[in-house]
Amino acid sequence: MTEPLLSVENLQTHFRTPDGVNRAVDGITFHVNAGETVAIVGESGCGKSVTSMSILRLIPEPPGKIAGAIKFEGRDLLKLSDKEMRKIRGNSISMIFQEPMTSLNPVLTVGRQIGETLRLHQGMSASDAEKKAIEMLELVGIPEPGRRVKEYPHQLSGGMRQRVMIAIALACNPKLLIADEPTTALDVTIQAQILDLMRDLKRRVGAAIVLITHDLGVVAEVAERVIVMYAGRKVEEAPVGKLFANPRHPYTRGLLGSVPKLGSSLTGHEERLAEIPGLVPSLKKKIDGCVFAGRCAEATDLCRAVAPALETKGPEHVAACHYALKEAAAA
Amino acid sequence: MSATALPPGFDPAQIPPGLAIAQPMPDVLPPVKPRKGFIGFVRRHPTMAIGGFLLLLMLCIAIFAPYLFTKDPTALAPALRTREPSARWWFGTDMLGRDVYSRVLYGARVSLLVGFSVAILASVIGLFIGIVAGFNRVVDSIVMRVMDGLMSIPSILLAIALMALTRGSVQNVIIAITIADVPRVSRLVRGVVLSLREQPYVEAAVAAGTRTPVIMFKHILPNTLAPLTVQATYVCAAAMITEAILSFIGAGTPPIIPSWGNIMAEGRALWQVKPYIVFFPAIFLSITVLAVNLLGDGLRDAIDPRLAKRL
Amino acid sequence: MSTAPVVLEVSDLKKHFPLRGGLLGTTKGYVYAVDGVSFSIRRGETLSLVGESGCGKSTVGKSVLRLFPLTAGQVVLDGKRIDDMPASSLRALRRKMQVVFQDPFSSLNPRMRVRDIIAEPILNFGLAKDSADVDRRVAKALDTVRLPTDAAGRWPHEFSGGQRQRIGIARALAAEPEVIICDEAVSALDVSVKAQVVNLLQDLQKELGLAMLFISHDLAIVEHMTHRVAVMYLGKIVEVAEKKSLFGQPRHPYTEALLSAVPVPDPTAKRDRIVLQGDVPSPIRPPSGCRFHTRCPYVMPRCKTEEPLLKPDATGHLAACHLHDLPEAENPLLHKTGATAFRAA
Repeated sequence: MTEPLLSVENLQTHFRTPDGVNRAVDGITFHVNAGETVAIVGESGCGKSVTSMSILRLIPEPPGKIAGAIKFEGRDLLKLSDKEMRKIRGNSISMIFQEPMTSLNPVLTVGRQIGETLRLHQGMSASDAEKKAIEMLELVGIPEPGRRVKEYPHQLSGGMRQRVMIAIALACNPKLLIADEPTTALDVTIQAQILDLMRDLKRRVGAAIVLITHDLGVVAEVAERVIVMYAGRKVEEAPVGKLFANPRHPYTRGLLGSVPKLGSSLTGHEERLAEIPGLVPSLKKKIDGCVFAGRCAEATDLCRAVAPALETKGPEHVAACHYALKEAAAA
Repeated sequence: MSATALPPGFDPAQIPPGLAIAQPMPDVLPPVKPRKGFIGFVRRHPTMAIGGFLLLLMLCIAIFAPYLFTKDPTALAPALRTREPSARWWFGTDMLGRDVYSRVLYGARVSLLVGFSVAILASVIGLFIGIVAGFNRVVDSIVMRVMDGLMSIPSILLAIALMALTRGSVQNVIIAITIADVPRVSRLVRGVVLSLREQPYVEAAVAAGTRTPVIMFKHILPNTLAPLTVQATYVCAAAMITEAILSFIGAGTPPIIPSWGNIMAEGRALWQVKPYIVFFPAIFLSITVLAVNLLGDGLRDAIDPRLAKRL
Repeated sequence: MSTAPVVLEVSDLKKHFPLRGGLLGTTKGYVYAVDGVSFSIRRGETLSLVGESGCGKSTVGKSVLRLFPLTAGQVVLDGKRIDDMPASSLRALRRKMQVVFQDPFSSLNPRMRVRDIIAEPILNFGLAKDSADVDRRVAKALDTVRLPTDAAGRWPHEFSGGQRQRIGIARALAAEPEVIICDEAVSALDVSVKAQVVNLLQDLQKELGLAMLFISHDLAIVEHMTHRVAVMYLGKIVEVAEKKSLFGQPRHPYTEALLSAVPVPDPTAKRDRIVLQGDVPSPIRPPSGCRFHTRCPYVMPRCKTEEPLLKPDATGHLAACHLHDLPEAENPLLHKTGATAFRAA
C-alpha cells in the first residue's frame, strides 16, 4: 500500500489557561490519501478546528502546545523550522476559512491577493501572477475575471469572496486543501454553488481535501470518508456510506438522529428528533472512561471507568465504544 | 495491558477479558492548578494586580504622608539650599531649602485628588450626556455638534484657556480639566448606548413591554459602566499629566501647595546642575500614571477577554 | 387547515429603510427590505417564513413586533390594529406577542439574574398579584422549559447556549402570549442542542396552543416544525402553502431551487440539483417585474416587465409566478420528476 499523503499520529493540542490545561485535541490519529476527501465532523468545541489549525501549525505557542506527529509526504511537520513551514503553508497545503470577509485583506485587490502566494512561493513576475490570477478566477467560476481581478473584497458578494478564497488556496496547486466550515456562513443556494465548485475542482485539480464541518448534509454530499470527533477525540471513522447507513458509536447515532431530513413530511417520518441529553464535558479535567459516557443512554459502569480504544468494527470502520463491539459480534 | 488508573470502588474483575482499552494520553503541558481567591486573581489578571498594587501604594503615600518621616513641605530654609540627596534629605532640598522628599510625598495628594476627581466628574457628566444623546435624536444632533467643537481644541489648550479665566486653585484645575475631558467621555458613552440599543436583549425588553426610562436604567446603563470604568482610568491618568503640565507652566495649582508639576517647574532652572529636583517628582508621576493605565488595561481585558486575545 | 381563530393578520406590510448620505444626511434612496407582505396565523398554528439572508424575513418579524415604525401596511393582533397604535396603548398589547431571538448570548442582559430577566414581562404586564406570585411564575416558566428552579438565582453567563435559549423562551412564555415569533431561534445552536430546543418548542406549542411565526433559513428544521410555509425573496412572499403541498410540489421556481440546494444527510440520495446562478440582487434597486427573473431558470419575456401576483391554485396553494398562467401541460414546475429527492424516493 502506498504511503498516505498526510498521516496524523496521536496528535495532542493542549492550551494553558488559568483554570487548568485545556485538552482541546487529545490523541487523534488519522490519515488522508492523495486525492481523497475526508470530513471531520463534530459540534463546536470538539476540537475539529484545532486539529486543522494544528496541521498547519497555526496554533500560537504558548499558550498552546502540539505533540504527536503530523507526517506530510513523509516529513514530520512538527519537526520543521518556521521557515520550512512557511514554504508549505499556502503552497502544498492551503486552507479555506469560514469567514470569507475577514480572511481577505480589505485594502488589496483580489488579483494582488491571489498573485501574492504565486510570487511568494513560485517566484512569478507581477505580470505573470496577474495572468495566473485571472485564470484562477475563471477556474472558480467568477464571471468577467479580467474586471474582477482589479476589484476589492468589499465589492464582491459573500459567495464571490468564498470563490476568491478558493482561488487563492488553489493558486499554487496544493496537494492538500483544508476547508474549515467553508460554506457555513453562506446561504443555501450559494452553498450549493460552492459545493458544486469544490466537487468539480477536485476532479480537475486532484487535491486531497480535509473538510471540517458540523453539517452532516454537507458531509453526505462531498466526503468519501468521515471522522467523527467528540471532546477532542476521534470516536468513529468510516466511509461515508457506511457511517450514515450503520453508525456504530452512540454519539454518531445521536447526531444523525437529531437532524431532520428534508422530505420528512412526505415520507411520513415525522417522529420527534432524537435528543442527546446534557452538555459536552469540560476539557480542562481529565476524563476517566469514555468521553461520551456522561450523555450516553447505554453507558454502564464499565464505560465510566475504562476508556474504550478505537476498534475495527467492520471493513474500514472503526469506533471507540465497548458496546459497539458486542453489536458487531452479534450481527 | 491495562495501564489505566481505575477509579476507586471499581472492581477490575468487571472488565471482560480482551476488552480494548484506550491508553491514557500523556500530559503535553505541565498541569495547571486552578486557583481561586487572591492568587487566582493575580494569575488571571497580572496587569490589573500590578497596577492596583502600585496605585494603592501611591494612595497610601498620599494619605499617610505626615507619618512617613516627612518635614513640613513648605518650611523654608534658605541656608540649606540645593543640598544633594543624603541621609538627612532623602531627595535633597530645592532652591528655597525645602525638603524635596516631603514635597513629593505631599504632592501625591494633589495628583491623585485631581486624577480621581476629574475621572469621576467627567464620567458622571459624560454618562448623563451620552445616555440622553443616545436616546434622543434632537438632543443628540445639538449636543454632539457642541462636543465636536470642543474636541477640535486640544484638551490641554482648552484647560489652559479655562485656567486663564480663573484664579489658580486645585478646585479650578479640576473643573478646567473636567470640561476638557467631558466631550470624549460622552462620545464614548453615546457610541456604547447606540450599539446597546441594537442588542437583542434590549429589543426583547421592548417586546416585554418595558418602558423606555426603565430600559435606559436597567438594560443600557449597567452595560455602559464597564467600558466607562475603563475609559475613566485613562481619563484619570491623562488628568494627572494635564495637572502636572498646568502646574509646570504656572497655570495650575498655586505654588504654595506642593504638586509634582510645581516641584518640577521650580527645579527646571537648576535642571543642569541639580537634576534630582526634577527627577523625583517625574518618577512618581510616571509610576502613578503607569499604575492607572495598567489598571485600565487589566480592567479592559477582564471585561472583554476576546479583545485581549486579539490585541 | 383548521377553523381556529386568526390571531395575527398582516396585510401589505412594507418597511423601507432610508439610506442617508452626504454632508446633510439627506435621504439618497431606500432599502426595500419588506415590500408588501401579507399572511395570517391561526391559534395553535406555526407559519414559517423562509428565505436567504437579506430577503427581509427578520425585518418582517421586527415590524410585526413594532420594534420600529412601519412604512405601510396593517398588523392586526387578536382583532386590534397595532400598526398605527400609539406606544402607550401598544405596551399592554405586547403581552400577546413575544419573541425569541437567534443569538443566545446577546439576547439576555448579562447584568441581570435569570429571575429578573424572566420576571420583567410579569412585572411590566402586571400579571402577578404579589412578589411571591412573581417567584412562583418564574419557577413555573423555568419548569416549562425544563430548567431547574435554582437557575433563577444565577447569571446568564453560567449557562450554555442551549440553556440560555431556554431562558429566552421562558421569558417569552412568562408573558402568557398568544403569538411567539422565533427569529432564527435555533440557528446558532449545535446540532444535538438544536434538537432539544426544537422538540421543546413543538411540545410547548401543543401544550399551550400558541401561534408561532418561525423565521428560519433552515428548510429541514422548518419542514419538521411547521404547518404552513411562506417563502420570501427580496422583500416579497413568492409562495405560501401547507407544508406537504409546498415540500411535495413547489409552485415557484425559487422554492424549487431552494429545496434542491439543501444538502441532505443521506449519501445515497440522488437528486437533480438546480444550482441558481449569481447572487441575490440588491434590495436597494430590486429588479423590475418579477424580482426573481434575474436568476430564474424558466424566465420568460413577460417576467421582466410584469410583476406576478400571489394567486391560489385549486388547492389553495399560493404562488407568485407567471408560469401558472400557461396551460398546465406547458408548466415546467408541475411536470418534473425527481426534481427533489423525496419525490423520487
